[in-house]
Amino acid sequence: MPGRKGRDLRLLQGNECCAEAAILAGCTFFAGYPITPSTEIAEILSEKLPQVGGHFIQMEDEIASIAAVIGASLTGAKSMTATSGPGFSLKQENIGFASFTEIPCVIVNVQRTGPSTGLPTAPAQADLMQARWGTHGDHPIVALYPSTVPEVFDLTVKAFNISERLRVPVILLMDEVVGHMREKVEIPHVSDIEIINRPRPDVPPEKYLPYAAGPDGVPPMAPFGTGYRWHVTGLYHDETGFPTTAAPNADRQMKRLYAKIESAAEEITFTSEESLDDAEIVVVACGITARSARRGVRLARERGIKAGMLQLKTIWPFPYGIIGDIAGRVEKIIVAEMNMGQLIGEVERAACGKCEVVGYSRVDGEPIAPAEIVAKIEEV
Amino acid sequence: MRKEIRLSGYGGQGLILAGIILAEAAMRDGYEVVQSQSYGPEARGGASRAEVIISDEPIDYPKVTSPDVLLLMSDQACKRFAGSACEGGTVIVDSGLVTSVPETPGIVHEFPITDMAVEATGRSISANVVALGVLNTVAGLVSPESLKKAVSARVPRGTGEINLAALGAGIAASEAAGVG
Repeated sequence: MPGRKGRDLRLLQGNECCAEAAILAGCTFFAGYPITPSTEIAEILSEKLPQVGGHFIQMEDEIASIAAVIGASLTGAKSMTATSGPGFSLKQENIGFASFTEIPCVIVNVQRTGPSTGLPTAPAQADLMQARWGTHGDHPIVALYPSTVPEVFDLTVKAFNISERLRVPVILLMDEVVGHMREKVEIPHVSDIEIINRPRPDVPPEKYLPYAAGPDGVPPMAPFGTGYRWHVTGLYHDETGFPTTAAPNADRQMKRLYAKIESAAEEITFTSEESLDDAEIVVVACGITARSARRGVRLARERGIKAGMLQLKTIWPFPYGIIGDIAGRVEKIIVAEMNMGQLIGEVERAACGKCEVVGYSRVDGEPIAPAEIVAKIEEV
Repeated sequence: MRKEIRLSGYGGQGLILAGIILAEAAMRDGYEVVQSQSYGPEARGGASRAEVIISDEPIDYPKVTSPDVLLLMSDQACKRFAGSACEGGTVIVDSGLVTSVPETPGIVHEFPITDMAVEATGRSISANVVALGVLNTVAGLVSPESLKKAVSARVPRGTGEINLAALGAGIAASEAAGVG
């Protein structure tokens, strides 16, 4: 089975692939503070970004790193940081700032077992809720979750595109296992990669209203240093960018922030499925657990059980509609996750009692094996 | 076809690099491949293992559960993993490092891998590549040409010749033993 000529096939580690994809997506700025199991992303970008005219800064900590990323993005640079659980906690306040001030940025969290320092650095999938609600207050956020190294490539590019198009921080959640494993990846030619850039103002600086959104709810963004002067604040602000405590404005602003994600939800929701058509029992999973579920479902089918699986590549916004449809035509949904039960709450919310929802959790720092999935399918 | 390979020993033996080389060779042969690793917090001396899965179909579950090919490069690795080999699988033991081989469902082939490395290249550190030559000859996982190319592509700059000599020594010894 020789490889076709001209294809760029590489054996890449998940973290390595994330760094490669970031550069091809147009990332020119990375600030971070090393932490296993994410360190390779910083290490590789420290070498590669200067080669493409970009910049790498190792900051004094995670808080400064995300602050630098926000600052760089304000100048027009596609910016990213990468960390793991404890560092993700530290970044939360500024993630909220980026979300509220609508500064595009990509935050990679290669998860490890927590809480606190946890089990350095065994895999866990316990930051799903932190990705959604880690920062205080209502806020829009998008979180993508690959399960293979090729998916790391695809979803890293999509993370930048979504972040730019919707002016929203995008969290790329990875499992330690995926970050550190090597797989075959076909790197597309740069001209075959869809790249989306943030909307820019089409008015002169004196007419620019930095938070005046078009029909899609996304305001055009002028890079600092190009003559456009505008105010950026974590206080509620009006179209001018300056603070206001007016109640109608606060209501309008928060609802616009949610609406811009909702109106794009369909195009930013990515899933993958296996044998769903006639399935009676469906396993819902993401990341590395989705691979175990896929294998488990195939093994269950060999034993004559009508099992299927749904992999969530987008976890936020949560695909309530897709899961609600499935719940209406199956008997049972099993939610398999390497945490004490985070995804399952959302699945129950989506299923609305239309089918039984049962959880399978593993929290000992080891991935869920396919045999465990089969056993759970047989048990229910 | 799905082949699971586990390379186990201690940190500093280059087993993770050996896993990467084997995976790269399999990719060059057109196979689907996953390589992963596990190691303790120590840079050297702690338990270390690399795992490779080679398949002609997309690989769903990426972890090794019951290796078809198992390399044991320390007593600790023997204790922990000898029993994990699949029934009739290939078990390669570094007989210079391992004092006693525990029970295993696999078929044991003993080679003094690290001693062979010293003999062929003067460096015990090339034992990882000697081991690759041995296990690939015994188990027939990838083409020798792809393995050579992968060694050249992945070993540190300036060590290509030494490592190709190490690979050759592993291949020759297993052929001479009639297990290739």
